[in-house]
Amino acid sequence: MINPQNNKAVVVKDLERRFGKFVAVNRVSFDVAKGEIFGFLGPNGAGKSTTIRMLCGILAPTSGSGTVAGFDVRTEAEKIKAHIGYMSQKFSLYEDLTVEENIDFYSGIYRIPPERKRERKEWVLEMAGLREHRHSPTSVLSGGWKQRLALGCAILHEPPVVFLDEPTSGVDPISRRQFWDLIYELAGRGVTIFVTTHYMDEAEYCDRIGLIYRGELIALGTPAKLKTELMQEDVLEVHCERPQEAMEQISNLRGIKEVALFGKGLHVVTEDGAATAKLLRAVLPEKGYAAPRVEPIAPSLEDVFVSLIEARDRAENNQPAVQA
Amino acid sequence: MKPRRVLAIARKEYLQIRRDPRSLGMAIAMPMLLLVLFGYALTLDVDRVPVVIWDQSESPASRELISRFAGSRYFSLKGYVRNYREVERGIDSGRTLMALVVPRDFAGQVGSGRPAAVQLIVDGSDSNTATIAIGYAEGVVQTYSREITLRATQGLGGRPLNPPVEMRPRVWFNADMESKNYIIPGLIPVIMMVIAALLTSLTIAREWERGTMEQLISTPVKGPELIFGKLVPYFVIGMFDVLLAVLMGEFVFHVPLRGSLLLLFVMAAIFLVGALSMGMVISIVAKNQLLANQLAMILTFVPAFILSGLVYAISVMPWPIRLVTYLVPARYFVALLKGIYLKGVGLNVLAGEAALLLVFAAAMVALANFQFRKKLG
Repeated sequence: MINPQNNKAVVVKDLERRFGKFVAVNRVSFDVAKGEIFGFLGPNGAGKSTTIRMLCGILAPTSGSGTVAGFDVRTEAEKIKAHIGYMSQKFSLYEDLTVEENIDFYSGIYRIPPERKRERKEWVLEMAGLREHRHSPTSVLSGGWKQRLALGCAILHEPPVVFLDEPTSGVDPISRRQFWDLIYELAGRGVTIFVTTHYMDEAEYCDRIGLIYRGELIALGTPAKLKTELMQEDVLEVHCERPQEAMEQISNLRGIKEVALFGKGLHVVTEDGAATAKLLRAVLPEKGYAAPRVEPIAPSLEDVFVSLIEARDRAENNQPAVQA
Repeated sequence: MKPRRVLAIARKEYLQIRRDPRSLGMAIAMPMLLLVLFGYALTLDVDRVPVVIWDQSESPASRELISRFAGSRYFSLKGYVRNYREVERGIDSGRTLMALVVPRDFAGQVGSGRPAAVQLIVDGSDSNTATIAIGYAEGVVQTYSREITLRATQGLGGRPLNPPVEMRPRVWFNADMESKNYIIPGLIPVIMMVIAALLTSLTIAREWERGTMEQLISTPVKGPELIFGKLVPYFVIGMFDVLLAVLMGEFVFHVPLRGSLLLLFVMAAIFLVGALSMGMVISIVAKNQLLANQLAMILTFVPAFILSGLVYAISVMPWPIRLVTYLVPARYFVALLKGIYLKGVGLNVLAGEAALLLVFAAAMVALANFQFRKKLG
């Protein structure tokens, strides 16, 4: 690696990509430590794939800079390609080739030394659970198998950094769980994982998360930090009798932004948790709901992201009015 | 360029071709089909010209002239007519190509030694055929009138008189002037050009369309390794096609091969590399299988067929068109194959064409490598 002094696998500074007038990625800056599982979250079309493609050296950035595995994304794209594994969003192995032929092909492309070829192939077959299907055409495999085979082919050469673009989209929950077990296994060996997803539960598995929305990075940090620090509102959990009825009674109270049924209780989003809790404890018995339990709880990542994205939209909607 | 990667790509491509029987069938059957189709249909020989006769004279003299036409292998008598309307109908319907009208006073004129005229009406809508047919008819009439002169001089007791100037034509290289002898060697380049470009025109576009290219360009594979690896299996198929065509020329069409078979295959190899690379360039630029396929067809078939010198001699084309023919690689290969097949000449004569063919191949390989980008967008 060129910069042995830093322990960053990915460093990005003001990275930007435009397609004509459209800004797909808008001056994004972040970095990923070696061995970290970094989750890149955002809705469809937010710029996740564009960012990952630039980092893999297959899409030229319009401006900005970055390094991957110590190599410059603008000038050393080909060197990056030798040190990464990339799994694109769409299944991109050859459907008309068998499992084994696909592995052999990428083994040749990555020039795996002959003495290691067999061992790596068996490792991929084992890891993907495809030992019995090695002679099957790839086209007949289920989604989960295809994903694991694609991952296997992308890491045949044991790259230090792996980019996974929505690896689990369209895969059943059990396969998703198995896939994440593989990701943990890789991370355990010191491999840096850069993964995009729009599943909130998967985001919780990551060491750190970046939230990208309309091409801009709007939040960055560990899941815990995002949940505690970035949520502007507080969330209260309320348990009382007849919650559905109670919901209507309290939704107009001062400070309360949203009330929703959640399991047997209610989730109340509010500007000031302490004040609202006090208010609810007083108001609910008055209205005939005896002995309510009101407790502040940590928001889920979903709460956080929805809140952040809504705040963003509000800010953008106000902007033109301010400028005009 | 790393041999392992080239080999991996060539092997993958080979497996894909093998699993796609339709494209393999096309690669093998199409050249044979085209060769048979064009080999038989594209005959430029004018033979057995259909002719109708209006014999107004109805004399021994006129019947003798008519029997000369009937006896010639260049004409085929389609019957007798009695008026011009029937002549017109015959030509309009395509039943006949020409009509011979022998006038009423024919026997009298000939008998008295005065010049007699016969009328020849020819369908000129295909001027080439018409010109050749008129030539044949002139030949028949001239032979006939020379014999009358001879007979007359002999009858007068004089020595047989030879015509003052006599032309003795001798046709080299294709003594029987059979058009298949130059059509077949000329067809091979045209067919190979089309097949080769079609074969490779899909290979890169398909990978872009299916998304496999995105994976491939994220690896350390280099453009030349990819292009070269993809060329290898198609080159093998192409050379097999050339072999098939040569065998068909020998055993189906009986075209004499007078020159070096080795030279033929070496030149075919160079030509193939160029044509396959051209298909590759089309595939790289189009990025879409349908478009690539159509581009390959248009860019190869028409120029190769019309401007290669196969059907129309380049030397008689107007100069701007002649300049354009230099851009048609099939032109060099047509010249080379005609030289090798019919004249039996070697590189000492064909070096110019061989050099230009090499330039074409090198340029296409370079262009393919130059055009290919390991980037999206």
